[in-house]
Amino acid sequence: MRACKKLVEVGRRQFLRGGGSVAVGAAAAVVSGGGEAQAASPALARANYPSTRLANVKDLKVNEPKDVAYPDAEMPGVLIKLGKKVPGGVGPDGDIVGFTTVCPHKGFPLFYRADDRTLNCPGHYSRFDCEAGGQQIWGQATQNLPQYILRVDAKGDIYAEGVDELLYGRLSNVL
Amino acid sequence: MAFKRHVDRLPIIPKDAKEHTAVCQFCIVGCGYKAYTWDVNRQGGTTPGDNKFGVDLSKQQTAETAAWYSPSMYNIVKQNGREVHLVIKPDPNCVVNSGLGSIRGARMAEMSYSQATQTQQQRLTDPMVWRYGQMQPTSWDDALDLVARVTAAVIKEQGEDGLIVSAFDHGGAGGGYENTWGTGKLYFGAMKVKNIRIHNRPAYNSEVHATRDMGVGELNNAYEDAELCDTIVAIGCNPLETQTNYFLNHWVPNLRGATLDKKRRLMPDEPHDKAKIIIVDPRRTVTVSACEAEAGKENVLHLALKSGTDLALFNAIFTYIADKGWVDKEFIEKSTLRTPAARPPLFPARGVSDEKPGHLTSFEAAVEGCRISIEEAAKITGLAPADIVKAAEWIAMPKAGGKRRRTMFGYEKGIIWGNDNYRTNGAIVNVALATGNIGRLGGGVVRLGGHQEGYVRPSDAHVGRPAAYVDQLLIGGRGGVHHIWGCDHYKTTLNADQFKRVYKRRTDMVKDAMNSVPAGDRDALVNAIMVAIRQGGLFAVDVDIVPSKIGQACHVWLPAATQGEMNLTSMNGERRMRITERYMDPPGQAMPDCLIAARIANHLERVFRSMGDHAYADKFKGFDWKTEEDAFMDGYHQHAPGGKFVTYERLRAMGTNGFQEPAVDFKDGKIIGTPRLYADGVFSTPDGKARFMDAPWRGLQAAGKAEQQARFPFLINNGRANHVWQSAYLDQQNDLVTDRWPHAFIEMNPDDMKELGIQPGDLVEIVNDAGSTQAMAYPTPSARRRETFMLFGYPNGVQGNVVNAGVNELVIPNYKQTWANIRKLASAPEGARHISFKDQHYRAA
Repeated sequence: MRACKKLVEVGRRQFLRGGGSVAVGAAAAVVSGGGEAQAASPALARANYPSTRLANVKDLKVNEPKDVAYPDAEMPGVLIKLGKKVPGGVGPDGDIVGFTTVCPHKGFPLFYRADDRTLNCPGHYSRFDCEAGGQQIWGQATQNLPQYILRVDAKGDIYAEGVDELLYGRLSNVL
Repeated sequence: MAFKRHVDRLPIIPKDAKEHTAVCQFCIVGCGYKAYTWDVNRQGGTTPGDNKFGVDLSKQQTAETAAWYSPSMYNIVKQNGREVHLVIKPDPNCVVNSGLGSIRGARMAEMSYSQATQTQQQRLTDPMVWRYGQMQPTSWDDALDLVARVTAAVIKEQGEDGLIVSAFDHGGAGGGYENTWGTGKLYFGAMKVKNIRIHNRPAYNSEVHATRDMGVGELNNAYEDAELCDTIVAIGCNPLETQTNYFLNHWVPNLRGATLDKKRRLMPDEPHDKAKIIIVDPRRTVTVSACEAEAGKENVLHLALKSGTDLALFNAIFTYIADKGWVDKEFIEKSTLRTPAARPPLFPARGVSDEKPGHLTSFEAAVEGCRISIEEAAKITGLAPADIVKAAEWIAMPKAGGKRRRTMFGYEKGIIWGNDNYRTNGAIVNVALATGNIGRLGGGVVRLGGHQEGYVRPSDAHVGRPAAYVDQLLIGGRGGVHHIWGCDHYKTTLNADQFKRVYKRRTDMVKDAMNSVPAGDRDALVNAIMVAIRQGGLFAVDVDIVPSKIGQACHVWLPAATQGEMNLTSMNGERRMRITERYMDPPGQAMPDCLIAARIANHLERVFRSMGDHAYADKFKGFDWKTEEDAFMDGYHQHAPGGKFVTYERLRAMGTNGFQEPAVDFKDGKIIGTPRLYADGVFSTPDGKARFMDAPWRGLQAAGKAEQQARFPFLINNGRANHVWQSAYLDQQNDLVTDRWPHAFIEMNPDDMKELGIQPGDLVEIVNDAGSTQAMAYPTPSARRRETFMLFGYPNGVQGNVVNAGVNELVIPNYKQTWANIRKLASAPEGARHISFKDQHYRAA
């Protein structure tokens, strides 16, 4: 949770000064392993997502989010093991999910609330349910929270291989 | 799984895209937007020279960037018959919203009619008439001829009282100056229709007669005042959800202390601090939680009073501050009535007449009339006496150096649709007047508003006051023809159960009659309709953009254009007037309401002339408008205060910031407006003096409310949800909204749910002496035991079914004070199984 608290602080500071960049520095985890992001070919209808190893299932503890970034280092997110099977969940228990932590309303960094397993925005109070596919419980975003499409290989490595909504601050999910 | 669009890339706005001025078509705040359009076969690029923003879009953009739009802000629509890309995004240069978009306004593009992307396919494209047992498309001339012939025949038999009208009176979509003038000129100019009601209430009346009678127009301050005041008093309102960007962009900065520099600059001779806020609401709204997160709990006073007791609370505050002498004596002396008339003989039980249910008087007489102790008010409201005193102190206790506190009062439907509307409204204005908080920086006593405003009509004086209770006329079998303009009583009226039963029966009589003759035999058809009307039937014409619920009972549907498909002007909650330019085509044959009204007038003129009634036919002259601009120039330009300074061309030049009405001049290429009303201390009464109101507490005022409260255990408080605009007429086809709210919700205390064996998402029946309805149970820990909150006006769970017919003297409905039983109907249906039932309230980390 240490890194998550940092996200909150960044969010607060940014909001109080009325802007600033997306919390690039707050993403503690760097992209490791897996494929590299490739420039999308103009001939393709969709963004060409990288397959990025974010963690191994053994790295995750129930209800303790792990900071990651996907599809690139400039887009922070989290992996969370929720301890119960949920929509979009992967791993042996179908309980591992990943979300962007950049609010799809105005781009403020979300913080995780372990007591009700939600991602929350200090900017305009939006709340997203990690156990319901990132559904906006309440808020001003016009999208539910972009969730990672995850794959777990035989070794338990968790790869992100896509995102199901447009990410804030970019008109193509893969830049 | 929650709804996801799986859109991972959007077309980029090219540098040369057309830019149109737009204002949000939904709520009163009127956030500024820009609509960008460009040919469908073109796109911009990521390099700065290739896009409208002039920035490198191959890079991640920062928080609050202007160079991003969400999929909901994008669509493909028709413009002058050609497919174009459309992006409607919030305008960072508009002083109202500074680039903020709410979950409602930021979906305008996605909720536009598109054949290419298949959005809003519910939109009406053709006039439709009842033929062969169903609604069938037809031509304008055919539909209007039928409307005119039946309307004329009814007027010939019953007079103009036989024509019943339901019509919007507001701004934004389904309204605006052009369209209120078009309908107004038809019904109040050509005709003098008396049996007319407004979209959300069963009569043609003001929602705020009291403040107007006191000489205080209800939209008297500027949004900036929320940034400048010492204290905000928010009464029966929930601005985070219903005036979102007014709250976020103007209230929150003051609660956070971010406007201190501005306060010191504009008001240098007094001490300043960040604002405190008092929120008067039986329910803990998300607004309360947000205020606590921003200002700290010590600066937020939530007065969770018993439902409907606001009058006792404000009278106690008024009494307390008067006794303490925390009043603006100079203002009272100069700007308010000093020679009061005697109390009416039956007061306080009744006013001088039903037309005047209060008693307008001087400060001193009002203080004595309204006098109530803190302890007595505490008993009535259920509040702690110390909290009432604290509220009085936050409102009026002078600042250091004896400086007057600057307090802004905002109220909305909790008061307007609440117990004893007239006196409660008056009691709030009393406190604002006594403390000199009108017409000054950081002041104002204002309704926060629902829709934008956009009213200009010929005089409505002939309607009278109290106005006719139109729903009761319809239920009582009166009237032969009903013209409906952008209203859906089936979803949004009170006593809706009975209304729908009777309305269906009366309109079915006409449908059966129409089924009995060939539709092509016009004379036989009109005769058959008239026979049915004489037997108690009702012929109903529905002008709308979508097939509404009440439309199911109607015989003619006339397709209207909405904002963006026509040029449309409106003003927001600080009287800021803007134009939204036409950026796309209306669907099919749809036309602006003002032109539909004009064409109805043209056909009525023709039909009356053919009947030989030339004198009456002549009344329908003056409707030769070809465009909405013709209606604007005929209406607003000639008839609104300051209208002579305002034209489309000038409004286009004023962009999303427009000007604040009334216009007082046109100088140096700009319309000069009026930031605050009453800055000169002269009020809207014949003598220019404001009135106080002698308005003592009298319990639950509307008929049947006290009995209902005694008989049924659950308060069915009701109102709006953040995701949903109005009656969901567009949202009902928006996946983001219907995924979140597949059914109308009812927020319930979890222990109440447990006691009744109700699980989250279960469908429950709400039932009382007025009727019954259904909703989806949503556990809400902050809800008090036996105090629920149901979504109002939703298509698949109509809260109005359980609101009884009780109104005040001026026929203002009382939706909020409703009590009922609750019982489980069914376990959560499929659509409700995947959704979140977590607490909607934000808590700081």
